[in-house]
Amino acid sequence: MSGGSATTAALGVLRRDLLLALRRKSDALAPVFFFVIVASLFPLGIGPEPELLRRIGPGVLWVGALLATMLALARLFASDYEDGTLEQLALSPEPFVVLAAAKVAAHWLVSGLPLIVAAPVLALQYGLPADTIAVLVVSLLLGTPVLSLVGAIGAALTLGVRGGGLLVALIVLPLYVPALVFGAGAVDANLAGTGAAAHLSLLGACLVIAGFFAPWAITVALRIALE
Amino acid sequence: MLAATALECMRGDRTLFSGVSFALAAGAGLLVQGANGTGKTSLLRILVGLSPPAAGEVAWGGQPIRALGEAYRGAVLWCGHSNALKDDLSALENVRAAAALAGQPIAAGEARAALERAGVGAQAQLPARSLSQGQKRRTALARLLFARAKLWVLDEPVAALDTGGVEWLAAALDRHLEAGGLAVVTSHQPVATRAQFATLRLGA
Repeated sequence: MSGGSATTAALGVLRRDLLLALRRKSDALAPVFFFVIVASLFPLGIGPEPELLRRIGPGVLWVGALLATMLALARLFASDYEDGTLEQLALSPEPFVVLAAAKVAAHWLVSGLPLIVAAPVLALQYGLPADTIAVLVVSLLLGTPVLSLVGAIGAALTLGVRGGGLLVALIVLPLYVPALVFGAGAVDANLAGTGAAAHLSLLGACLVIAGFFAPWAITVALRIALE
Repeated sequence: MLAATALECMRGDRTLFSGVSFALAAGAGLLVQGANGTGKTSLLRILVGLSPPAAGEVAWGGQPIRALGEAYRGAVLWCGHSNALKDDLSALENVRAAAALAGQPIAAGEARAALERAGVGAQAQLPARSLSQGQKRRTALARLLFARAKLWVLDEPVAALDTGGVEWLAAALDRHLEAGGLAVVTSHQPVATRAQFATLRLGA
């Protein structure tokens, strides 16, 4: 099949998933609501201590974003699996790996991108300076796609398994650690004045590796689930 | 064109069927029959390449389908138990999404015409959730009208269809076979096609 038609099919999958998210706004907005709630409760619980809040801010924001992206993972392939759409995806003449990547892209656009938009506002509650907020946004831009890609592997592996939601968390959380360490580390480093470039480069490397290998792993896992 | 050689299917350590062989030429249809649980759906899933057989081989045009990969998937239209419809999308959007996925995007007009011929034209704008079982089935089968796939593999296509729907499906199957297509169908109800379908009985 030509590259053009594969792109058309992938865009078709992306469009369909975004349309479905639009029709189910409450589901689609759950991750960003969760993120806002978690990130707002911490300052309230800890109290007005600017120094302490600034210290914990990067870590809390990153952990909040990480947990928020996990919320929608369980449904990523499950609804397609239940209604038979996944079989049609697997039997499409277009490469399955491209279609799976399109589904992950849709997941990131729906549950990753809004977090990045909300993050600067939430960061204000922790008294982070402007340039640190910029680093936070960049680190989330590089990091949340990693979370979506790695999370999708877990979602594909647990497809059709009872209690899959908990299993996804168990599989995926250890794999999230590098993204969390480099992401929160970048923001911390900027706060400490040592420069975030090294952490961001490592996070970028994580994204390249995940972007290259995750779609293949997802495809293999989905094919096994369909057998 | 489509040839199965000594197919065997295992479920756990139970053999569902073994030694299933048949050959279908262009323009021929095969009706797979058998009691519940004899492996009709499993056989069809092996034929389309969703699951591998425990033994044996499926060949298309003389080549094993595993080696053909995407070239074979482009020639197959699979309609399984589930309708592959998204509840939140309208019938029209569902049909267009399915067409795009099969690598042949169609315009809204063409999709609407297919739905009308399938007898659900009036429901084109309704979300699939609000359709009846039979209407959902018709929407799923509307794909048959514009698909360019040479091999149709339909698992219980007449389930939930009324008599008019069954006649409509029979006519669609006849047209497909006359045009040189192939079809493998399972059905507990008779489908009155003009073309004579070969019969394969599982679990006998």
